[in-house]
Amino acid sequence: MSFETDPMAEIRASFFVECEELLEALQDSLQIMDDGAEDSETINVVFRAVHSIKGGAGAFGLDALVRFAHRFETVLDALRTDRMQADAAAVKVFFQCADHLSDLVRHSRDGGSDPAEQSGALLARLDALLGTEAAPAEDIAEPEIDFQPMGLTLDLAALDDALPADLPPLNALPPLCDLADLPPPEADGLKTYRLHFTPDTKLYETGNEPFLLLRALEELGAAQITCDTTRLPKQQDLIPEHSYLSWTVKLETDAEEAKILSVFDFVEGLCSLDLQPIAVTPDAASASAPRTPKTPTAPPSPSAAPATAKAPTPIKNVVRVDLDRIERLVNLVGELVINQAMLSQSLETANLPPHGDAMNGLEEFQRLTRDIQDSVMMLRAQPVKSLFQRMSRIIREASTAVNKEVRLHTEGDATEVDKTVIERLADPLTHMIRNAVDHGLETPADRIAAGKPAEGQVKLSASHRSGRVIIEVSDDGAGINRPRVLQIAIDKGLIPADAQLSDSEIDNLLFLPGFSTAGSVSDLSGRGVGMDVVRTAIQALGGRITITSVPGSGTCFSISLPLTLAVLDGMVIDTAGETLVVPLNLVVETLTFQAQDVSMIRPGQHVVRVRGAFVPIVDLAAELGYRAPQNSYDGAVALLIAHENGNRAALLIDNILDQRQVVIKGLDDGFSRAAGIAAATILGDGQIALILDPSDIITNAAQPLQKPLRAGALT
Amino acid sequence: MTDNNRDSTIELLTFQLAGHEYALDIMSVREIRSWTRATPLPHAPTCMRGVINLRGTVLPVLDLGDRLGLSPQVQSERAVIIVVAQGETLTGLLVDAVSDIVALTKDDLQPPPDLANGAATGMVSALTLIDERMVRVLDLAATVTLEKGMAA
Amino acid sequence: MSLSILAVDDSRTMRDMIRLALQPAGFTVHTADDGLHGIDVLDGITPDAIITDINMPRMDGFGFIDAVREQEQHRATPILVLTTEAAPELKARARAAGATGWIVKPFDPAKLVKALQMVAG
Repeated sequence: MSFETDPMAEIRASFFVECEELLEALQDSLQIMDDGAEDSETINVVFRAVHSIKGGAGAFGLDALVRFAHRFETVLDALRTDRMQADAAAVKVFFQCADHLSDLVRHSRDGGSDPAEQSGALLARLDALLGTEAAPAEDIAEPEIDFQPMGLTLDLAALDDALPADLPPLNALPPLCDLADLPPPEADGLKTYRLHFTPDTKLYETGNEPFLLLRALEELGAAQITCDTTRLPKQQDLIPEHSYLSWTVKLETDAEEAKILSVFDFVEGLCSLDLQPIAVTPDAASASAPRTPKTPTAPPSPSAAPATAKAPTPIKNVVRVDLDRIERLVNLVGELVINQAMLSQSLETANLPPHGDAMNGLEEFQRLTRDIQDSVMMLRAQPVKSLFQRMSRIIREASTAVNKEVRLHTEGDATEVDKTVIERLADPLTHMIRNAVDHGLETPADRIAAGKPAEGQVKLSASHRSGRVIIEVSDDGAGINRPRVLQIAIDKGLIPADAQLSDSEIDNLLFLPGFSTAGSVSDLSGRGVGMDVVRTAIQALGGRITITSVPGSGTCFSISLPLTLAVLDGMVIDTAGETLVVPLNLVVETLTFQAQDVSMIRPGQHVVRVRGAFVPIVDLAAELGYRAPQNSYDGAVALLIAHENGNRAALLIDNILDQRQVVIKGLDDGFSRAAGIAAATILGDGQIALILDPSDIITNAAQPLQKPLRAGALT
Repeated sequence: MTDNNRDSTIELLTFQLAGHEYALDIMSVREIRSWTRATPLPHAPTCMRGVINLRGTVLPVLDLGDRLGLSPQVQSERAVIIVVAQGETLTGLLVDAVSDIVALTKDDLQPPPDLANGAATGMVSALTLIDERMVRVLDLAATVTLEKGMAA
Repeated sequence: MSLSILAVDDSRTMRDMIRLALQPAGFTVHTADDGLHGIDVLDGITPDAIITDINMPRMDGFGFIDAVREQEQHRATPILVLTTEAAPELKARARAAGATGWIVKPFDPAKLVKALQMVAG
């Protein structure tokens, strides 16, 4: 791609950004309506959002979008003008239409499967809302008629849809004002017309100008213009703003009558106009009248001081910045942080007085670096609102699918989180929301039997807590049925039949792979995706997920995430002389082995007893090929790692060096991406340390026979 | 390479590997760094020496001698890392010592005899004589691209 | 001939489109986000013509035209209404408020230029 900017493509991109904002405003206002708290402005906002999307879509020839938005708008207009009422059923249809509109927008932007075929059913529902008011003949082609009363179509439209990338810039279009440059019309196609034109006073009041209209006529052909001044009163009687003049134009042109009349489109009804064809060919007589009439315009008046009260205009000051530039800044700041750490380290070894200028300055430098880092990270931050809005749609669809009444409450949707985190949270959250509706909430009948309102509640909240983002999905359903979960786990052989588990341990069984509590696999959440996948996705973001449940009153999943993906809370460790970083969120605790705690299952495979449970030992250095497996584990240090499938493993290391934030440096996907290694970071001494993917290492260690032997692994 | 086609003159960076002389088109060389310890990557092919910190980015370093199948040498004090760019990817090549920069014309380059034995042959794109010493000119793309199987 | 235009529209896309259509044709384009903002902007400039949307927050197009026409120096400034509705009653309302003409969205850049030249010279 070249770096030439195509203005049309830029506007198109900016249109889609605007669409997202409009769709968000639409959702917000519909939510207000759903809560019954709307005023007339709420409905106006809804109307304008749909209206603006339609307007922009028309400019880019996005026909399906225009058609649907137009019909949606028609109904909203009826609502706006009190021709119909928005009851709960209507708002529900509006929500569906808003969802569909957003599908159409995304399809227009990204392509993919065309949602337009669903338009029909929704349009029928919209029409049903209008009831008898709906003009039955108003079919889907109607807006096009509506759009072309003046023949004003955008020539680019058709092209645009087919070849969005090849759009000619607007200035490459045929020259403007082409009518004026037309060659003189050929004699044989010519007709002659006589036109009488008498402006009303009102014509001037609307800012129209006879001179310009007459000039436009002249552009159509050879015109002889005569001004009739006979109605001009004596000067003392003249009211400057009245219309006294009229004109007669003899026009020789090849233009159709309609084309001539179109010149007067804007002043129709503001003048008397009489257009007659003259059969005879024109003679050259009566060319005596002044060609350009003096036109009365509104008289200049001493410029009055503008009477407008200055209202403050709250216009959001927003700069749009290329994401690449932000990435670059984030990287540079990452380097600054590393640089600062290196400087600190070298100054600390220089034996400087602890409260001298150098150390004080260093402290200040550290603080500034941290502040800059936080500020830069916030550039990538976005409110979780858009994500939450997507979830409200999931709730609507999921509750319809299982015939439950569900209301979603959101809290803290202004909480800002890294853009990438938001994008990657969509799938796990969707799954959790579906689960809450499908498994968490009881059927309306069961709820009523339990003395609860038929309508279930799902709450989605976001907040910042001690440098992390907490996102919670909770429901007021029946809570986890622990005896049943336990039984399923035993039946599936996931735990021994005589296992004694605490409530919380039972709850955590939900995170085991393939675990499904639904008696019958419903269409909704039984797609082979379990909570284990959710947990893996959260962990991949450096997050943790926990579950709490109270029988009879509901379940809450809590996700704790780092503010940004660019840094990681890590434990810096040392093994076989190599320095490595383990993501802190996976470390449950640190262990120091006693000889009697370690037992061999078979050669090369040991377990350690941690509070009664046997946990497999994974020798990190051996797994990474740094050295041969240890023979003795007495006094060895290990990290208890929460493995992705809910199991745990003890990762054997040599020493724990430090616990700190590290800046994540990606490794090339090519040859330097190794199993068990997630990324790299640069430590204070300038050396690169690898960031481990402990789950990967543990999984590999669990399959020793499939592990290929590596040349040089034991050197 | 396209750079070569544009002009009949090319400049080569020559360097030593296991007593042999090799060369790379100077256009692909970004910088030359003295050897620093590389952080080894687990399970990497033996020619992958690991990664080093190149002003804040993670630079993979290949042991070029091993890559070319030459017998292992004791690493000398003069060992350097030649940082090369292949497309957008930077790679470090560990060599025994850098010798010289020489300007040649295209006519001075001969295609290597088509012996077609061993993987290393594909990495040598041309041969030339400089002061009566044979210099092997490397095809950078073939040199820095490791086959999938090697990374296992 | 450089005409100065004030375009009032709450849609950024529309404002961008208008600017893109008019600037290459030599127009100077000022923009405002809604009626009230338009009145503010008008305080500092005397455009040769004004283009305004109808559906806007805070002050809609009708209110804006009213307010413009109340100002002595803008009594005869041509005002084109941008609308997706070509419905006759909307035109009538716009005209009653003092609009000079209308442009139906989506507009062809050439036609927009032409319409402006029709009303502003």
